[in-house]
Amino acid sequence: MTRLPAPDPSELRARYPEVFERPVSARLATPAMIIAASGIFAFGLVDLDFSPARILSGLHQLGWITMMMIPPDPGSSLPLYLKALGETLSIALLGTTLAAIFAFPLGLLAARNVVPSNFLRFPLRRFLDAIRGVDTLIWALVWINVVGLGPFAGVLAIAVSDFGAFGKLFSEAIEAADKKQVEGIRASGGNALHEIRFGLLPQVLPVIAGQVLYFFESNTRSATIIGIVGAGGIGLQLAEQIRVLEWQKVSFLILMILVAVAVIDWISSKLRFAIIGRRAVI
Amino acid sequence: MAVAVPILPSQQLAALSEVYRKAVARRRLHFLVATAVFCAALIIASIGAEVNLRTLFTYFGNFVSYFDRILTLDSGARVWTNIGEWFWGWHKWLLMLGETILISYVGTMVGGLLAFALNFLAAANTAPSPSLRFIVRRLLEFARTVPGIVFALIFVIAFGLGPMAGVLAVAIHSTGALGKQFAEIVENADMKPVEGVRSTGASWVSCMRFAVLPQVATGYASYALLRFEINVRESSVMGFVGAGGIGQELIVAIRKFYYSDVSAILVMIILTVFVIDIGTGWARGRLFGKEARS
Repeated sequence: MTRLPAPDPSELRARYPEVFERPVSARLATPAMIIAASGIFAFGLVDLDFSPARILSGLHQLGWITMMMIPPDPGSSLPLYLKALGETLSIALLGTTLAAIFAFPLGLLAARNVVPSNFLRFPLRRFLDAIRGVDTLIWALVWINVVGLGPFAGVLAIAVSDFGAFGKLFSEAIEAADKKQVEGIRASGGNALHEIRFGLLPQVLPVIAGQVLYFFESNTRSATIIGIVGAGGIGLQLAEQIRVLEWQKVSFLILMILVAVAVIDWISSKLRFAIIGRRAVI
Repeated sequence: MAVAVPILPSQQLAALSEVYRKAVARRRLHFLVATAVFCAALIIASIGAEVNLRTLFTYFGNFVSYFDRILTLDSGARVWTNIGEWFWGWHKWLLMLGETILISYVGTMVGGLLAFALNFLAAANTAPSPSLRFIVRRLLEFARTVPGIVFALIFVIAFGLGPMAGVLAVAIHSTGALGKQFAEIVENADMKPVEGVRSTGASWVSCMRFAVLPQVATGYASYALLRFEINVRESSVMGFVGAGGIGQELIVAIRKFYYSDVSAILVMIILTVFVIDIGTGWARGRLFGKEARS
């Protein structure tokens, strides 16, 4: 067995100068970034009124609240809560469906391979971005002003805010589609509508269906909170019970939300697998 | 080169087309049943959600005119004719927006640190014990599933009104979301370096520090930046429940019908979200660019 000679440090240094002699700027970059990040962090803590005393007393309160939450108990309002949960699921389903129906044509228009002109696409994309920049809760407040308090405002709020997201996702899915099939339809004499119907749709529909299902899942979460501003669903009950400090009911409602979200997750992942299953596996 | 299309004898053809027709019919039937079930669900849902198309049509004019109203100043002129009047409160609003960004920054930092502390315990390939992993996973799931604003509602009661409740709510939600994503990155990491470090007799912590962390640090930074972007949106509404930030001003403006203020604040929020989107996108590009070079 031969022993390798121990490498000479000076020789290594000469052979790999870029490892041993990094410029000062490169060596200082990481510490500088860390210092800047923690500096802003410290400033934020001070500016946002963090103090050990406040944290301690808050934690004390929080512990007390948690104690009060056990055991979860709906009292006599279980039917009311079940109805509210049904309302929440309805809001999510209707909102997602509405958004998908309206976003699909727009997604086509915003896709580069369907409408090559930049003129239409650019403002359309910025419009969708602006819609997405506004939170669902804000849309809920706006719709409450229009159709009044109640779940209907929630449906419209979810529909509008998802519309922005769907428009973007759909147009990206359409842009990612294979153009050979579209060319095939064109070669056999199909017009633009035929190209979309027989060339694009079969490719993008499974993708889109998967995205819609995924959003339905995440919308059950959003739909639980829009009630906080008065747009119906279980959030309304939750906010009310928190305000009147009925902690046992609060924990029961949170448990209900968790279970509902888990069930919807499960169902929609099954459905997603059924729709795009084999393709996703490969 | 001409390719002859084989034409099958009619008997064989009839059998094949029969099978084909059956397959298509079965698919059609599946599709019809699925559509019927979906439509039934929609109808039940619209009864449950008190959907009333008449209300919508009656008041849809309101929706359009709402945007007309928020784009009109008190004097009756369009908002963009007098920018100074439109953004009369820009100084105050900018401060509140700064607070919003700070809330999401501090919240993301705290959430990221907590997620960092927990993710090695939650990842399948690095968890020291399965039962600990199970507990950590359920904890992260809980933090992720309960919406941030519900935490904010509870924290406002525990910690008092103000941005601190917002920060903690954002932090908890980020812990849940980032913890899952971080753990997924760790699960995708190469385990050979870990074996190498382990073979030198290193402890679990050293294994994580010297074998896993160098592989995953960039992914962490990228996900944390993405989460920061999402949190800016989320903390813009934290003020609705009294947890600080621009949301407080916005809900007052909406509830009290200060129309032009609503549009001014919305424009500022949208612009901020754009800027943060572009900024984090740029930073992510820089991070991944560095990674690609080395």
